[in-house]
Amino acid sequence: MSTTTTERGTGRPARQRGDVVFAGVAKGAGVLILLALAGVTFFLTFEGIPGLTGDDSVYSGKDGFLSYVWPLVYGTVLAALIALLIATPLAIGVALVTSHYAPARLARPVAYTIDLLAAIPSVVYGLWGINFLAPRLVPGYQFLQEHVSWLPFFAGPTATTGRTILTAGIVLAVMILPIITAISREVFLQTPKLHEEAALALGATRWEMIRTAVFPHARSGIVSAVMLGLGRALGETMAVAMVLSATGVVTFNLISSVNPSTIAANIALQFPESSGERVNVLIATGLVLFVVTFAVNFAARSIVARGQIKG
Amino acid sequence: MRRTNIRRGLAPAVATLALATALSACSDDSSADEGEGEGSGLSGTLSAGGASSQEAAMAAWRAGFQEANPDVTVNYEPIGSGGGREQFISGGYPFAGTDSALDEEELAAAEEQCTAAPIEVPNYVSPIAVIYNLEGVDELNLDGATLAGIFAGEITTWDDPAIAELNPDADLPGDPISSVHRSDESGTSENFTAYLDAVAADVWTHGEVGEWPIEDGEGAQGTSGVVDAVSNGSGTIGYADASQAGDLSVANIQVGEEFVGPTPEAAAQILEVSPRAEGRPESSMAVELARDTEEGGAYPIVLVSYLVACPTYDDQETADLVKGFLSYVVSEEGQAAAAETAGAAPLTSALTDEAQGLIDGINAG
Repeated sequence: MSTTTTERGTGRPARQRGDVVFAGVAKGAGVLILLALAGVTFFLTFEGIPGLTGDDSVYSGKDGFLSYVWPLVYGTVLAALIALLIATPLAIGVALVTSHYAPARLARPVAYTIDLLAAIPSVVYGLWGINFLAPRLVPGYQFLQEHVSWLPFFAGPTATTGRTILTAGIVLAVMILPIITAISREVFLQTPKLHEEAALALGATRWEMIRTAVFPHARSGIVSAVMLGLGRALGETMAVAMVLSATGVVTFNLISSVNPSTIAANIALQFPESSGERVNVLIATGLVLFVVTFAVNFAARSIVARGQIKG
Repeated sequence: MRRTNIRRGLAPAVATLALATALSACSDDSSADEGEGEGSGLSGTLSAGGASSQEAAMAAWRAGFQEANPDVTVNYEPIGSGGGREQFISGGYPFAGTDSALDEEELAAAEEQCTAAPIEVPNYVSPIAVIYNLEGVDELNLDGATLAGIFAGEITTWDDPAIAELNPDADLPGDPISSVHRSDESGTSENFTAYLDAVAADVWTHGEVGEWPIEDGEGAQGTSGVVDAVSNGSGTIGYADASQAGDLSVANIQVGEEFVGPTPEAAAQILEVSPRAEGRPESSMAVELARDTEEGGAYPIVLVSYLVACPTYDDQETADLVKGFLSYVVSEEGQAAAAETAGAAPLTSALTDEAQGLIDGINAG
């Protein structure tokens, strides 16, 4: 702090060639990313608009763009929500273990392993989901259907292949786990040691210390981590396309073989055999996904901002 | 210790290198010999594309043809039937693969591009199997109406009277049927629904469609997805290219009085008994598939793919290349290669001869 104030006092900072080049490169990178985003937006908008008001025949049996895209939006959000509900507590738990509970000797390998999960291609997750995970979840789903079918989520009938939206959500949860864990862990580690020690000195248990010192400090970081995870869950294509038995319905039922598809998976499935206006329709659904992701991000940022004013 | 390790690792590496050099020297010699000796005279590049259903067979044909003619390169872009026809009509492809024959408008446009009526020859016939996974039932007979009922969601348990009547000897459980269909748009779905539409239009009321029209049943991505879903589930039934059925049980379909399985012979037979599509030029071998045939021994759920080409080309080189390649594809050798790698049904010799006759007429002019 003190050094910057003295420098400011001397007037303009010295500028050397290195500074100029670096500033230019940094600015260029910033402008480039904005241009790329703008390019994507323009492409989606111009190519997508004809798809909004097409002839009924291009909406594969649905009567208009809204009724075509609505089940997809629902499925996208539902799958992402399931993934977040499973992954967030798990990720925060793992992050806490590796940052505060486990001895360093153990914490390091665990953290590395979790990071490794991020390097697995999504098509491998898809294969794992369809051939390994899904069949093994069927007995669980049957149990749910037998005992808690009064909940609309588990009304059944159970999919005998296990390829349900709940399975897709679980696969997504595993996929977003490393992102949320890695970021949360970094944030937890940055909690000021003095705060932690102060809490412990006041007689707090370790859990109370984490609750009163670590969590408040890390709150915005956790939200950012969850948002990044959500972004991946919303946009994940291959794994969902492979695992989910998508038939385009809107239902709360999580364990049957009739499920809504997601926007990204639907584009991947239908694009190869589409031509003409049907491509426009698919691009228009991409635009909707873009808007949904934006909206979710803005909502999250406002939550973070509110939290900071309070703290 | 360390030294021995390095030496151990080094020895095979050196050996491999030496072997590779020797081998490459050998192959250089032999290819040079072939070029002078056999001298098929064909050289150049042929870039075409179209139906993705033919992709696996096309890989075998390209390899076979290029082996016989080392100076030729054949490319095939699996961009889809519609794209293939479009490119062919606009002159982008010298020939194209397509799962459905050119329609009237496309015929006229192609005739203009070729300056003569285009050639259409069936080159790839692939049976679509009805696969199922039901414990204790190794043989299953179905007729069109029952199959349609299952996929339309009207027949929901395996001991349904309609199924029981066709399978008096089978011990059918009361398990629910879970029917698996393609969740992506596909020619397999289109041919399957075309069959249902042809034989049981009163039960299957959704017509011939590439994208699954109803919300019943389970969706799976691609042929592999359907096969995986059927194998992993229980009481499942689906449809997939017969060559991909693997260890799964395959249902026999009632044709006339018989129950026929998706064998290559039965699939080729349906082409024989189907009438030619009407109102087409003589150079077209497009058939109106008689999916509702009662002819014994013919399997009605098939995918038939065609090659379309011009009878005349502007330059001699292209004409020779197209002629050479297409001849190879419909030849006994080419059809056998496709049968081996892609599980296609080889054309009957009568069809091969007719196709060969059309292809022989290709020239430059």
